[in-house]
Amino acid sequence: MKNNTNPFYDVSLRNRHAKTKRFKLFTYSSLIFSLAFLLFFIVDIGIKAFPALKQTYVYIDVTYNEKSMRSSRAAIDRKYKKIVSRAYLREIPKHIKQNPYLLNTTVKKWVLADDQVDQYLKGHYSKLKSKDKIFVDELVKSNLLKLQFNRTFFTNGDSKVPEFAGILSSIIGTILTLIITMLFAFPIGVMAAIYLEEFSKDNLLTQIVEININNLVAIPSILFGLLGLAIFINSFGLPRSSALVGGLTLALMTLPIIIVSSRAALRSVPNSIREAGFAVGLTKVQVITGHVLPLAFPGIMTGSIIGLAQALGETAPLIIIGMIAFIPDSPTSVLDATTVLPAQIFTWAGMPERAYIEKTAAAIIVLLGILVLLNSTAIYLRKRYEVKW
Amino acid sequence: MVKNIKVQVKNLNLWYKDNHALKDINLEFKSNTITAIVGPSGCGKSTFLRSINRMNELIDNSNTSGKIVVDDKNIYDNDVDEVAVRKRIGMVFQQPNPFPKSIYDNVSYAPIKHGITTKGIECDDLVEKSLKSSALWDEVKNKLREPGTSLSGGQQQRLCIARTIAVSPDIILMDEPTSALDPISTEKIESLMLELKKDYTIIIVTHNMQQAARISDYTAFFDQGEMIEFGKTDTIFINPKEKRTEDYITGRFG
Repeated sequence: MKNNTNPFYDVSLRNRHAKTKRFKLFTYSSLIFSLAFLLFFIVDIGIKAFPALKQTYVYIDVTYNEKSMRSSRAAIDRKYKKIVSRAYLREIPKHIKQNPYLLNTTVKKWVLADDQVDQYLKGHYSKLKSKDKIFVDELVKSNLLKLQFNRTFFTNGDSKVPEFAGILSSIIGTILTLIITMLFAFPIGVMAAIYLEEFSKDNLLTQIVEININNLVAIPSILFGLLGLAIFINSFGLPRSSALVGGLTLALMTLPIIIVSSRAALRSVPNSIREAGFAVGLTKVQVITGHVLPLAFPGIMTGSIIGLAQALGETAPLIIIGMIAFIPDSPTSVLDATTVLPAQIFTWAGMPERAYIEKTAAAIIVLLGILVLLNSTAIYLRKRYEVKW
Repeated sequence: MVKNIKVQVKNLNLWYKDNHALKDINLEFKSNTITAIVGPSGCGKSTFLRSINRMNELIDNSNTSGKIVVDDKNIYDNDVDEVAVRKRIGMVFQQPNPFPKSIYDNVSYAPIKHGITTKGIECDDLVEKSLKSSALWDEVKNKLREPGTSLSGGQQQRLCIARTIAVSPDIILMDEPTSALDPISTEKIESLMLELKKDYTIIIVTHNMQQAARISDYTAFFDQGEMIEFGKTDTIFINPKEKRTEDYITGRFG
């Protein structure tokens, strides 16, 4: 025994404190590890997506006449053949038809350049021949060819020509799909949760229903795609690839999430509030709508938005119902064939042209941006309407 | 003051599943009196109180037999709606539980839903009257729009009493209304109860023997789901007939 006069001396303490320190280190390093991955992902995507902000344009004469109406190649000087985007040329006849006053004029303007030129200018691998590269260098020197802000990416739909491809149609498709999802999943989910939490008696049947709903949350999402295909397309005959079918399918998937989170929110409302309502002779509806729902509202909204965010990022079920198809035009109604952002990302990721790499990354950034926005809204709602007592 | 029988409990039995919580209770409550129900924890006194305004029916698997006659009508008859029962027989709980709304809305919510009053001056008057009756008006008259939960515990409990009397019940049930409050708030609630006795019949469950002795006219002693003894409070406290009552009141068990 040491000559220790300290009455609080305990031999085992050193060891025990060392254990605590080690334990803390484990938890801390786990956190750093996962954060490092997240950071790596975001930086990597950001670097890949950054070039997509700009697109190469070339300053040339465009001749609008009868000949270029028939063959749009005639609209430009032959030497620019490899420089100007094919997709741009393709649009010329349509452009003249829409603006007849242009006929028989020659306009000097900035037009979209070919993706190979674009990639060469951005310092990526390019299939341009060396003499074309020299020509491009000359144009750059004389300031007739340069990178400008890439408007096309936000104003165009999908295209097989990379420089012409954009996310507009998939964003509109996503919005339409999510509106349908919320329109169906939110009221049905909340109502079902209210029934289970406020009305149903605790018996075997409700227990079975409860277990099944909880399990539905964890079901692989592709199965919901098959379900949607079987019900909405094969049985009801709704148009495939449409935002309506996509939205309904995602609603099936989101429904259990909304039910489970709404039930949790309702359960967190103290029973004393219900009793207070009943004790002054309020009916069940008055108690639920007047006192329980306002208190549960932030929780219900948070859960629903998280469910919505999950639906937003969902790809697998939408592949099954055909929303992965090549759809360049923006939908004008929920019955039109459309695609959604994650499906668009999936399509672009599989494209052989290297110019799609930056588009894919940029679309991922947009998707992540929307997700962050939705989740911040959820947090804001929770903080804003939280009632303390 | 003529003391009529207001509530008559006849052969009341209550089961929670297989648990026989109330056994053959027979009791009478007179108008404009305060009756205290005392007894050890788990003796069924809260359950009994809740069966008087049919709050016990909110619990799954509860079963009641027997009669509770209020103003010559059995409230458990098939043609009696429990919502109507609870409007005429109000209840104040152990923990103050104001609605998460403003002080004004706390009082006015139920009367508006019952159609007793409509929004406007009429409603303002009712709120003022109710808050005055619960001796809270002077403390809150300048902050009626503030949330009810911003008040102190004692004030919240008086707000709950105001909320209860706003729907003009005949009977007020109180389930240990002061057990979560400090002595000063308790004193205020007690003197308020003596005041309210003029207009209402009050039945109070309490764990506090001194409180029962201070404020009640009659006392009923419950033990293990049975009503052991009932009588004038003075008699019960000074000269109980039953041994169990005496033991409990003098603190030998419970």
